[in-house]
Amino acid sequence: MSQKLEVKLTVNGRDYVLSLEPRWTLADVLREHCGLTGTHLGCEHGVCGACTVMIDGQAVRSCLMFAVQAQGKAIVTVEGLAGPGGELHPLQQAFIDHHALQCGFCTPGFLMLAHATLLESPDIDDEALIDILASNLCRCTGYKNILAAVKTAAAVMKARRRQP
Amino acid sequence: MKPAPFDYHAARTVEEAVALLAEYADRDGRIIAGGQSFVPMMAFRLARPSHVIDINGIAALGRLAVEGEVLRIGAVVRHAALETLGCAGVLGRLLSQMARLIAHKPIRNRGTFCGSIVNADPAAEWCLAAVTLGAEIVAQSVREIRVLGADGFFTGAMTTTLAPDELVTECRIPLLRDGTRFGFDEVSRRAGDFAMAAALATYRVEDGRIVEPRIGVGGVEPCPKRIAAAEARLAGAAPDHRLFAAAASEAAAAVEPMDDGEASRGYRQRLVRAVVTRALERSLS
Ligand SMILES: Cc1cc2nc3c(=O)[nH]c(=O)nc-3n(C[C@H](O)[C@H](O)[C@H](O)COP(=O)(O)OP(=O)(O)OC[C@H]3O[C@@H](n4cnc5c(N)ncnc54)[C@H](O)[C@@H]3O)c2cc1C
Ligand code: FES
Ligand code: FES
Repeated sequence: MSQKLEVKLTVNGRDYVLSLEPRWTLADVLREHCGLTGTHLGCEHGVCGACTVMIDGQAVRSCLMFAVQAQGKAIVTVEGLAGPGGELHPLQQAFIDHHALQCGFCTPGFLMLAHATLLESPDIDDEALIDILASNLCRCTGYKNILAAVKTAAAVMKARRRQP
Repeated sequence: MKPAPFDYHAARTVEEAVALLAEYADRDGRIIAGGQSFVPMMAFRLARPSHVIDINGIAALGRLAVEGEVLRIGAVVRHAALETLGCAGVLGRLLSQMARLIAHKPIRNRGTFCGSIVNADPAAEWCLAAVTLGAEIVAQSVREIRVLGADGFFTGAMTTTLAPDELVTECRIPLLRDGTRFGFDEVSRRAGDFAMAAALATYRVEDGRIVEPRIGVGGVEPCPKRIAAAEARLAGAAPDHRLFAAAASEAAAAVEPMDDGEASRGYRQRLVRAVVTRALERSLS
């Protein structure tokens, strides 16, 4: 009975052509149809931020958007962070170095939130960064280590940009 | 939970969107804008629309511009665009301060001003701004175009005078004159939560006396409202801390707070005194 639409999504630079019910959220489609299970679902109603992905350079909650609405947009998930040879992104390395995760459930969401934030504001100050990191919930680590990791990654990324 | 099945329509023009509403409104066809309130309601199955009409692809609704003496905010202008608004003078600065207290950045990247107005949450920052600043809401259907004052638009918690087949195409807020002072304050339990009480104050000072004071309170009653008694206390007086405290007492006496799991009636009453005082104090800085 229910409508099915052909939908083309571009995730981490790769195209996926899928036949979808419009009621499927982007988060569900990434996980169930694209096999990209790095994007996690905690609350499914916009509160926890575990499902955060980047769309056209901005962090959004993928549980609060239908996959059909993401056609023609550049979607980046946590799987798209590491380099082509698997080398970790500075954010990923900093999260390890600073022990910014315990169970890891919230981590993909924090990484994508931080990634979008540093792209938009590479020089973000502490106060603004703390405010942004309050968008997502972590019930294991406390936020100190996450904050330290993002600040370290910001410094590493800046130093890299300065290199010729 | 997962949303119930629906048919999806991506409208390309306003005409197409209102035609789809005319066809499907009586079968619970609904607009989706940012989806930041609607999708959670669908996930909880508090909303089960049969048809969802997406207006995000309508370029004309992305307009955000000063025209004459008003700021015009199109239906797909996001909270985040208002957060970084570089125009509209004093009004622009006021709106960008308020925007920062709406939810979190990833939600502000999608949620819209007009969607928040239609959603009519008692504690929504934009509903409070609309009522306090005398905004107008433009509602279009295949039948007509109506321009509605924000005062009277909200009829209860999450309810408005908008008809099911009407699309809000834009909201218009009168600019604030240069030199207008303003202050905003809210109290919520966690960063990004809806406020348990919020207050917005604006006024000008002429010859050391307050003129055109406006005090609005949100999150306290089912709809945001201006507090005439507090405004009367301010009008014509010299702005100082004692006057502000007196106006805040008037405001606390003039509300009939909701009593819910978030905050009791008595607590909200005390919060009104606090947020009105702080909003007024901030107007000095
Ligand atoms: C975790 C979380 C925290 C939040 N905190 C806050 C907060 O602190 N303050 C706050 O104000 N909001 C908050 N919100 C809500 C957010 O601001 C929403 O963006 C807003 O309430 C609705 O706007 P939208 O564009 O997302 O509308 P949608 O969710 O798309 O729609 C909401 C309703 O309005 C209707 N609608 C939308 N646009 C139109 C239109 N142009 N014409 C006719 N009907 C329309 C829809 O059919 C639906 O019924 C929060 C949301 C979340 C998930
Ligand atoms: S799963 Fe999307 S915000 Fe919690
Ligand atoms: S590491 Fe466990 S929730 Fe954040």
